[in-house]
Amino acid sequence: MAASPSGVNRFYLLLGALALAGIAALVYQVKKPKGVSIPANVTVLAADTAGFRGYLVGADSAAVEVSEYADYQCPACQSFETIQFPAVREQLIATGKVRWRYRDFPLEMHPNARVAAHAAACAADQGKYWEMHAAIYDRQMEWADSRSASSLLSQLAGTLGMDRGGFDACMSSAKYAGRIQASLEEGTRLGVGSTPTFLIAGRLYLGAISSDSLRSIIQHAQPSPTP
Amino acid sequence: MGIALLSLIGLFIALYLYLYKIGQIGTLVCGTGSCETVQLSPQSRFLGVDVALIGLLGYAVLFGLGLLALQPRFAGPAWPSRLLAVLSGIAVLFTLYLTGLELFVIHAICRYCVASAVVIVIVFLLAVWDLRRSAAGAG
Repeated sequence: MAASPSGVNRFYLLLGALALAGIAALVYQVKKPKGVSIPANVTVLAADTAGFRGYLVGADSAAVEVSEYADYQCPACQSFETIQFPAVREQLIATGKVRWRYRDFPLEMHPNARVAAHAAACAADQGKYWEMHAAIYDRQMEWADSRSASSLLSQLAGTLGMDRGGFDACMSSAKYAGRIQASLEEGTRLGVGSTPTFLIAGRLYLGAISSDSLRSIIQHAQPSPTP
Repeated sequence: MGIALLSLIGLFIALYLYLYKIGQIGTLVCGTGSCETVQLSPQSRFLGVDVALIGLLGYAVLFGLGLLALQPRFAGPAWPSRLLAVLSGIAVLFTLYLTGLELFVIHAICRYCVASAVVIVIVFLLAVWDLRRSAAGAG
């Protein structure tokens, strides 16, 4: 290709300017605070659910398993978590009567529910699932309607002693999006339509039931195979 | 010149998507959100390798060849021009395959993939045009 020396020089100048602009734009994208979105319409892969049944707490030998389908952004779930769950933990889980299985059920009406569920999943990577779970519910008011929910949740992870770099990388990767979707699909198949919903011995119980009611239900529940 | 310029643009598009893929960029600037659907789909990997990484390496090679073809000693229908036409042709076919996946399997369109498709088609056309012109000049 024939080109005059001045034309070639202009070309290299243009190439250099383009390279600089591209590098500057990418550096800006990498450095800017990461607003994370967790996609909803992901394809669930076998690897997303392999060996994972949900977040479990309680003895393996417990006679009854309770599956809770909940949404971190749902006020009723927050109410159950902060008011009823401490008593449930103390009276039913710690005593070996109940094994608790938490399942994400992010409702479409709650735009930050998946981000919060993913934040809890990323906390599990660092062995802090239940601490993060409780903290997310405790601080629901702060992040629920925020446009920078992921940044707030990242700060929360930091206050719980997690490695922020690892947590942020986990959030950016959205690697648990499929797992969250699988959890939602499992609940939908069982007939869950609102949160919180509890599956106890094959029956669904809707709403933030009290720990007393839960104790009564569990006392009458027969041990059942897990779904 | 156009090939080198366009390949550099394609290289930055692929690098942007790859940085997202490896978690270095939080969210893609994409109005519809379909970019993330495509980038997080199982089809975003080809034979176990991220498609964005394949694009990055491909554009880097095209960029290098594009610069090489500009050197006076490679003027005419020399091997860099021929290789450019062949490689960009393969890239166009691969892009067609990926676009098919977006349309018929993932059911989402990533605007950066569309931009890359436009770039690679123009690179291919320029490479073929350049080769034919050089061959005609030599003949």
